[in-house]
Amino acid sequence: MDKPHAPTASQQPGNESPAKIMTVSFLVALACSLVVSAAAIWLEPRQQAHLEAERAARMAAMLDTLPGMADVLAESGADSLSTYLVDLSTGQFADDVPPDTYDMTAAANDPETAVAIPADLDIAGLRQRAPLAPVHILESDGDVALVILPVSGTGYQSRIEALLALEADLTTIAALTITAQAETAGLGARIEDSEWQALWPGRQVADASGQIVIEVVRGQASGPYEVDGISGATRTGNGITDMLHYWLGEDGFGPFLSRLRSEGL
Amino acid sequence: MTKALSQFTRQLVAQNPVTHQILGVCSALAVTTSLDTALMMSAALTAVICLSSAIISLLRHHIPQAIRLIVQITIIASLVIVIDELMRAFAFELSRALSVYVGLIVTNCLVLGRAEAFAMRNPVAPSILDALGNGIGYSLILIIVGSIRELLGHGTLLGITILPIVADGGWFQPLSFMQLAPAAFFIIGLMVWGIRSLDLSEAEIAEYDLQGERSQG
Repeated sequence: MDKPHAPTASQQPGNESPAKIMTVSFLVALACSLVVSAAAIWLEPRQQAHLEAERAARMAAMLDTLPGMADVLAESGADSLSTYLVDLSTGQFADDVPPDTYDMTAAANDPETAVAIPADLDIAGLRQRAPLAPVHILESDGDVALVILPVSGTGYQSRIEALLALEADLTTIAALTITAQAETAGLGARIEDSEWQALWPGRQVADASGQIVIEVVRGQASGPYEVDGISGATRTGNGITDMLHYWLGEDGFGPFLSRLRSEGL
Repeated sequence: MTKALSQFTRQLVAQNPVTHQILGVCSALAVTTSLDTALMMSAALTAVICLSSAIISLLRHHIPQAIRLIVQITIIASLVIVIDELMRAFAFELSRALSVYVGLIVTNCLVLGRAEAFAMRNPVAPSILDALGNGIGYSLILIIVGSIRELLGHGTLLGITILPIVADGGWFQPLSFMQLAPAAFFIIGLMVWGIRSLDLSEAEIAEYDLQGERSQG
């Protein structure tokens, strides 16, 4: 059993000839590339599935860290949270771009892709926006249970980014979570406090006629369309009001929301 | 065959690639923060070294001397890529934890060392046995270091709590130092010291001894 498989004679005479060297290197390279390519092609679907699962897990982890969102997810008993890209001007889903690789901030900053916002509509002070926006939709038995919209605007001294979650009626706020801001610490920056964000669930963004009326007011809120302002941070509050009015309006998610209301998914 | 077998057992402790030949130390430092990554890395390296030794030994009469290293590296690199792809498909979490270190098996001196020193000159069966001995010898060190670091760093083994840590209401204060690379240096160093104290043939005679007298001892 110990017998060698090949003759033990040392190097065969023709082994160092250029022809042999070329042949051996070509055959080794060919065999190795075939093996590597075969492995890569055969295993790719499996690896992609893992990557997608990881992405979904990250989204879930992000939602878990958002105050209020986790409760909404738990309550809705929905099957899945899926991400769609919405063409903001038509309100239709853009199916030709994969949503998980789309970077909205980059698209808004890139002159190639950015869409200028008409001055009279630019209440949030953004100047330009991305043509597409990713929305996360929680479905329950084929119906929309929750829509999560990415919104951004200008506060007192910084850009504010937030996620706005609307319930199935597309009018009631499920949660508002500030994801990025650099407002004055102790004043405007308190929009990040969970106490303040807890004021949002249950408010209505639009009145019965469909007009966007949600507002951060100075002092105490009165009625379902108002949210308490933070004293000393009036302009931050105004920035949030403007941000929501812009993104729920006709240049923002307005066309998408009205399509969703009339046609469903 | 008996000679090959005794060689095999020698590689586990006396000729151990990590503690005796000091090969593959880089990855031994990097992947031993926990036992599961150490096990996965051990399995990957053992598979690569056995397969590469077998293939190179099979081809040894046809590999021209002039290009033998590049042929060996090509074969080893292809095997590493395949193993890495397999891990990303079937052990995704662990492959994330191991990050680049599976890919770096290509540059592990251990694999190329065995290919060049043994598989190029010996038949297939002894070559596989030699590779297996080295792979298991490497694995042994990784598993010991990984166990010590995970146990003392987190109080767990393979994620199962062995020493309940203070943060969870237990009594064990984890040594966060164990999770840093220098801890692996110390553990491997202590192991080298231990093995060399037991086996005096391992002790090196100082080549340049300023004191002069001690070189006799």
